[in-house]
Amino acid sequence: MSRTLYDKLVDTHKVCDLPDGDMLIYVDFHIMNEYTSPQAFSGLDTKQLDVWRPEAHLAVVDHVNATRSKEPHDAASKLLIDNLQANCIKHAIAFYGLGDPRQGIEHVVVPEQGLVAPGMLIACGDSHTTTYGAYGALGFGIGTSEVEHVLATQTLRYKRMKTMRVTVDGDTAPGVTAKDIIMKVVQVVGAGGANGYAVEFAGSAIRGLDMAGRMTVCNMAVELGARAALIAADDITESALQGHPHSGQFAFKGESWISDPKAVFDEEFAISGADIEPLITWGTSPDQSVPITANVPSAVDYVSPEAKAALARSLHYMGLSEGQSAQSIKIDTAFIGSCTNSRIEDLREAAKVLEGRHVAVGVEAIVVPGSAMTRIKAEAEGLRAIFEAAGFEWRPEAGCSMCLAMNDDIAMDGERVASSTNRNFEGRQGRGARTHLMSPAMVAAAAVAGHLADVRDFKRKTSK
Amino acid sequence: MTKTIKGIAAPLPLANVDTDVIMPKRFLITITREGLADGTFADLRFDNAGQQRPEFILNREPWTQATILIVGDNFGCGSSREHAVWGMRQLGINACIGTGFAGIFYDNARKNGLALPVVSPEIRDALMQLSNTPNGAEISINLDSRTITAGDISASFEMDDATRTSLIRGRDDTLDSLEYAGAIRDFEAGLDSKMRVSVIK
Repeated sequence: MSRTLYDKLVDTHKVCDLPDGDMLIYVDFHIMNEYTSPQAFSGLDTKQLDVWRPEAHLAVVDHVNATRSKEPHDAASKLLIDNLQANCIKHAIAFYGLGDPRQGIEHVVVPEQGLVAPGMLIACGDSHTTTYGAYGALGFGIGTSEVEHVLATQTLRYKRMKTMRVTVDGDTAPGVTAKDIIMKVVQVVGAGGANGYAVEFAGSAIRGLDMAGRMTVCNMAVELGARAALIAADDITESALQGHPHSGQFAFKGESWISDPKAVFDEEFAISGADIEPLITWGTSPDQSVPITANVPSAVDYVSPEAKAALARSLHYMGLSEGQSAQSIKIDTAFIGSCTNSRIEDLREAAKVLEGRHVAVGVEAIVVPGSAMTRIKAEAEGLRAIFEAAGFEWRPEAGCSMCLAMNDDIAMDGERVASSTNRNFEGRQGRGARTHLMSPAMVAAAAVAGHLADVRDFKRKTSK
Repeated sequence: MTKTIKGIAAPLPLANVDTDVIMPKRFLITITREGLADGTFADLRFDNAGQQRPEFILNREPWTQATILIVGDNFGCGSSREHAVWGMRQLGINACIGTGFAGIFYDNARKNGLALPVVSPEIRDALMQLSNTPNGAEISINLDSRTITAGDISASFEMDDATRTSLIRGRDDTLDSLEYAGAIRDFEAGLDSKMRVSVIK
């Protein structure tokens, strides 16, 4: 019988069925951060339980740490960081803390360390764990009670999801990136449109992406509600497995990590790659986006009173007018970073726009490389010099930073941010902060223009 | 956990209420589960000066006593933070009725005794309207029969068996699963050495 890639991954990890309809699935690798794990370790203590297999876990500090220095910026964040370290020492778990050359945003660190391979099952107390689908691995976010469950049993209670395939065929235009592809998918399927589904991305526009692009796509699949995102493993995947500290350690054989040709999905969506333009979000949900050449919606674009009210609420929060052109939106801040877009490939794309240009007067521009290794590589390539010459602040330490503002990078009430991140929720980057999501290159263009701008108008100034 | 959840319901009609809105990040800097009631829906309940917003539903009588929320589509989307569920429970919320919930939030709710009955948009809208009346609708959710009754409304809801059992029994999943330690060891015995991750310290 033909099976989807998702079904193969679930089948190969099923330990047993449980009497009430759940199953136990085996977790090959589990990642932790400092903010969703403390109560899981306390749970082990209370129940007097050991960690089942300590070597299968990795803890990384990324959410609350300052990125200006290795020192925590306040006592509360220091408590979380120290707590994680103490728990890892106690339970003999690998810990990549501040100052460790391998530290960084967990979903940037794991591929750099070679800790993901096709056929693996990876869990983490972070919703963007869908990122690993880019490698044909089943990755998904879990809550803190489930972190405790994985630590104690190396398994999770699991219900099989329905399956959805999103096919993006055709060449995308120059200036259109992986970020624009996934933002388009979120716009079409809707925030919550994939609740209860595992989503496989297929089609020539997806196959043509490098691993960084595939990770961006799978990373943001959670914004449509997908509990898992997958891209079939191919030659690009295989070559990305080489050259890392853990390379060669793992091989998950037994299946071909692709969907069988005749596999049937519960839902199908098709999007034409040629129709995708560089997108920006105008609202407070990731599906509220328009092409950079278009206008913010108006009430007449919606039928139901509820939809009109939702539009009014979003526009009020965002401080925008109905029908305002996207490119008339002035920004205060430009932020490049996050598990969605802080890899070396993302920094290169932004640097192409910034080379020979300068950030507009009055715009504060920050770039936070995704990991210590990414930062060092970027500095060696001369990217830091380009960012700094353009007026960007280059942060020396890696972390989630202003994506969710759990450290000291907090946008002020009313501050408007062009952001390469994944969520434009109310208050996400600070209470009252206004977030516009877009690709890193589009953030660079906005920083230079002082307002949201079309990256296609920024021809490269120097050739390399 | 009882098999029936009864209480005053409050309408919260916004779609896509995310876990940043349910529990803003400034309340997340903690290593315990406690003390999160004040942070729950903080930016909806309080203004920048920390004063109650009188127009917000949970600040108005009789909904200050609400133990059930009628919510918009895709409630609980976004971050995996279980703090959102802990805070809602500490605020006294026992159930949210909606048309669909984000997956991680749904699983977190089950672990903490927060029931999330899923109903059709029509039923949700009817409950929303009913709970918005000044008398405040008293709603009864029967987990055994998977039915909701309120005023003239009597409707069935969806909830998977495992979640329903878990809510009724209030069990500890970690301890329950360790009863299958033998099966887990058998599974591990079948893995070849290249399928056993060992992280370099």
